[in-house]
Amino acid sequence: MADEPRLDRREAVARLLQDRCDLLVVAGLGSATYDCAAAGDDPRNFYLWGAMGGTAAMALGLAQAQPERPVAAITGDGDMLMGLGSLATIGAAAPANLSVIVLDNEVYGETGAQPTAIARGVSLSEVARGCGIEAMDDIRDMNALATLAGRLQLREGPLFANIKITTDEHPRVLPARDGAYLRARFREAVLGTGP
Amino acid sequence: MNGTDVQPASAVPAWADALYDVLVRQDVRQVAYVPDAGHSRLIELCAGNPDMTTTVMTTEEDGIALLAGAWLGGDRGVLLMQSSGVGNCVNMFTLIENCRMPLVAIVTMRGEWGEFNPWQAQMGQATPDVLARMGVQAHRVDDPEDAAPTLDAAIRQSFDGSLASAVLLSQRLIGRKAFTEEG
Repeated sequence: MADEPRLDRREAVARLLQDRCDLLVVAGLGSATYDCAAAGDDPRNFYLWGAMGGTAAMALGLAQAQPERPVAAITGDGDMLMGLGSLATIGAAAPANLSVIVLDNEVYGETGAQPTAIARGVSLSEVARGCGIEAMDDIRDMNALATLAGRLQLREGPLFANIKITTDEHPRVLPARDGAYLRARFREAVLGTGP
Repeated sequence: MNGTDVQPASAVPAWADALYDVLVRQDVRQVAYVPDAGHSRLIELCAGNPDMTTTVMTTEEDGIALLAGAWLGGDRGVLLMQSSGVGNCVNMFTLIENCRMPLVAIVTMRGEWGEFNPWQAQMGQATPDVLARMGVQAHRVDDPEDAAPTLDAAIRQSFDGSLASAVLLSQRLIGRKAFTEEG
């Protein structure tokens, strides 16, 4: 498995968000948050700095509140594994406008690259399918990624996509950490209202 | 009677209908829950309302995250759970406090009044302290008449002031009502 092609996380996320249109993003803690910030800070990104395991569930609540807009959870395999039950919740709720995108490097990158369960053969795509969510085959090239970027806009989900990425580390691009600020600017951008 | 059936799911308590009326009046749009027998009537009423989205969670902490997302998208929500679920939420409460998000949880208490299951005791007893430590203001309800006004007050202060509140429905309230209706 290790010799199969993998994508660079920064290039992958930059491609996903390049023509985002109305896409709302909840980014999981750690590198997924840095990747989304590196692609260009946007008030319609909600960056998590904690709440591990909650990214997909948070995106579900947002998707249910904003059914006319595409919503994506973008997170790492460690966060997704902690919130594995949320895939069952999403499968049961079946929001058409929600995509769950995992940046899968098979390690806990923030804490010293300890292997996740994925490294021992667990497949998040198969878990998602078992939960009744349509899952793309693991994404390993930019063509498949472009297909995903287009499908995010269709609101024909829920959709799950697991992107196999390298373990290469990038300089950290740190967005704001003040949750109240992130919350207020997101609501202002999406709802035209505060707080 | 096998001595274990302390929460008959068939009970239809008036306070549950009153709580539902508050949720409707306060424009609550999303209801996340991990079931408890004491919540069964309220869950049923919410699920039957086309203006409400009810979401059954696999763990209560996901309900906290879901409601945070709902608020980002403009929806008011509430979380229904039993006291054991409060323990599952601990780290996720930091999302609410860090982001100064509103939160309203309605918690049915276990482990405090004629509880038959000792495994419920510790979390039931710890629930008020855990909530306080995590920045959630708890409002305890012992009298069925107080349930609806307490929820109304909790919703107002949470959504108007971006605060976290929990309404604790005492086990005596839930049990007492159930027993009288059975009797």
